[in-house]
Amino acid sequence: MSKITEAFKGKKAFIAYLMAGDPDLEKTAEYILALQDGGADIIEIGIPFSDPIAEGETIQNATLRSLSSGTTPDGIFEMMAELKDKVKIPLLFMSYANPIFSCGYDSFFKRCSESGISGVILPDVPFEEAGEVLSHTQKYGIEVITLVAPTSVRRIANIAKSARGFIYVVSSMGVTGVRTSVNRDIRSVIDAIKRQTDIPAAVGFGINTPKQAAELLQYADGIIVGSAIVNIIAENSADTAEKLKKYVRSMKG
Amino acid sequence: MNNKTGRYGIYGGRYVPETLMQALTELEEGYRRAQKDAGFNNALETLLKDYAGRPSLLYYARNMTEDLGGGKIYLKREDLNHTGSHKINNVLGQTLLARSLRKTRVIAETGAGQHGVAAATAAALLGLSCEIFMGKEDTERQALNVYRMRLLGAEVHTVTTGTMTLKDAVSETMREWTKRVADTHYVLGSVMGPHPFPEIVRDFQSIISREARSQILEKEGRLPSAVIACVGGGSNAIGAFYHFIGDKGVRLIGCEAAGLGIDTDRHAATVAKGRTGIFHGMKSLFCQNKDGQIAPVYSISAGLDYPGIGPEHAYLYETGRAEYYPVTDGEAVNAFYYLSRTEGIIPAVESAHAVAYAMKIAKDVPKDENIIICLSGRGDKDAAAIARYRGEDINE
Repeated sequence: MSKITEAFKGKKAFIAYLMAGDPDLEKTAEYILALQDGGADIIEIGIPFSDPIAEGETIQNATLRSLSSGTTPDGIFEMMAELKDKVKIPLLFMSYANPIFSCGYDSFFKRCSESGISGVILPDVPFEEAGEVLSHTQKYGIEVITLVAPTSVRRIANIAKSARGFIYVVSSMGVTGVRTSVNRDIRSVIDAIKRQTDIPAAVGFGINTPKQAAELLQYADGIIVGSAIVNIIAENSADTAEKLKKYVRSMKG
Repeated sequence: MNNKTGRYGIYGGRYVPETLMQALTELEEGYRRAQKDAGFNNALETLLKDYAGRPSLLYYARNMTEDLGGGKIYLKREDLNHTGSHKINNVLGQTLLARSLRKTRVIAETGAGQHGVAAATAAALLGLSCEIFMGKEDTERQALNVYRMRLLGAEVHTVTTGTMTLKDAVSETMREWTKRVADTHYVLGSVMGPHPFPEIVRDFQSIISREARSQILEKEGRLPSAVIACVGGGSNAIGAFYHFIGDKGVRLIGCEAAGLGIDTDRHAATVAKGRTGIFHGMKSLFCQNKDGQIAPVYSISAGLDYPGIGPEHAYLYETGRAEYYPVTDGEAVNAFYYLSRTEGIIPAVESAHAVAYAMKIAKDVPKDENIIICLSGRGDKDAAAIARYRGEDINE
């Protein structure tokens, strides 16, 4: 079983997202450890892309802060090298196709495996276009996490068959960002996934309160929280790390 | 071109969030049905003729020809179409398509405002609601077009993210589409974005070369030695090139915006300065930095102010079938004045890039040959901005 799938074993997984380099890479390293201490089961580390079309305002702004602090893939890999021995949970990179393509797929995924990265999420590389990435990720043992959206009904069978790690279920239409209510119809999407595969299904987009988490975890195997964490980081106070720890604990119930 | 995967060599594809994939599949299926549907094709043909005013004229620019002293110069007058540019060709097709897909709302990005005005016009005509996304910088450069869109009943959203220009308007329209896809069609304005958009827009714009090819054969009894068009995303250029692609003797020349010069960092010359990347749903050429961050681009022309180019152009460039040259703001403004004074035709500043390049090569074209410039739009919208560029402060 893959390290990512194993993070779901015997428990519901809490998957935390943060943007690398927001506000700088030193802080990012500190926050990754805080999220781990708080009980996160998997952490997604964003590699900034200038034009993130799947993101709402919160993560767009985090991207701007990261890029204006001079964050580059090289810098992120250097940070990873220092963190590698301190992080026990699986780490994923989340980015867009272009920064990865620009590095060169082979060299990028080679560096991922050397840095202890277990998987990647690329929201603008759907199932049909993943082939060009997969030939390199498979070589280096990196898993590509696939997404399923409320509009995916006719596509779930194909997507689920080749899914690895976990399936990222997009809770609702639109872009990332905190929402006051989360779409309940997502249950039927999860049921459809479960009919096809044993790979865990984790729900993301819009989740920020323990109540929403508890509701979704009645049928999902995990939840993914991004914008709510990015909001805490955006406050950039002296005790941000402590706040992140507390937040993860509250979400883990 | 591979119709099934939307690939032009390595370029093209469908790099979008999962949320949009089903909509793109439905769009493609709907388009395949429409292509074979006589009712759809008749409706479009009727609108192009009776509403948009097609066929557009192929005008012999005698004064310009005599002044430049080379081959005969013809202007394909897309500026005479209803709404003042080639954009109407595409929006009538796509809006009819949206209706056949039972969509009740269309959304669109716009740079100069030409596509936004065209989309708002088609939506008004065909009874669909319409929302336009336009970068803040462009709403200021093209304030008159913003009002025209509102006049036509469209809601105009000012985009304040990123560089606040066309690139960000496209991103914001894509985000809007992921929020509301069931009743909404995204009327993409250029031969870019995810498959099947580059193909659909090219097909609807290819009427330019279909007409021009038969018009020039009728007038001159021979094909042109070159077809010249400006290129942002590349819709008027692909439309002007398409039916000449098989005519190996016809040079296909795209003119991209060099802004203040391609050796400065203020240009939008994707072919000259960009490299292969993946953005806005397609693999193509993009202006970007070494880490793959999309570069801020610049042109005096809001319609060419885009960091990418359509995938079919990238392919035509790579295979050597089409050539692409950078044209600066200064050269375009000069051509804007030149055509106005020589022929009494005020071109869009976008189209003026193509006029400028034609002015460079015309004298080397033998007198018994001819060239066609695609005059993609009219320049009324640009008059105030050009005056400002020349240091005259006038109110619109």
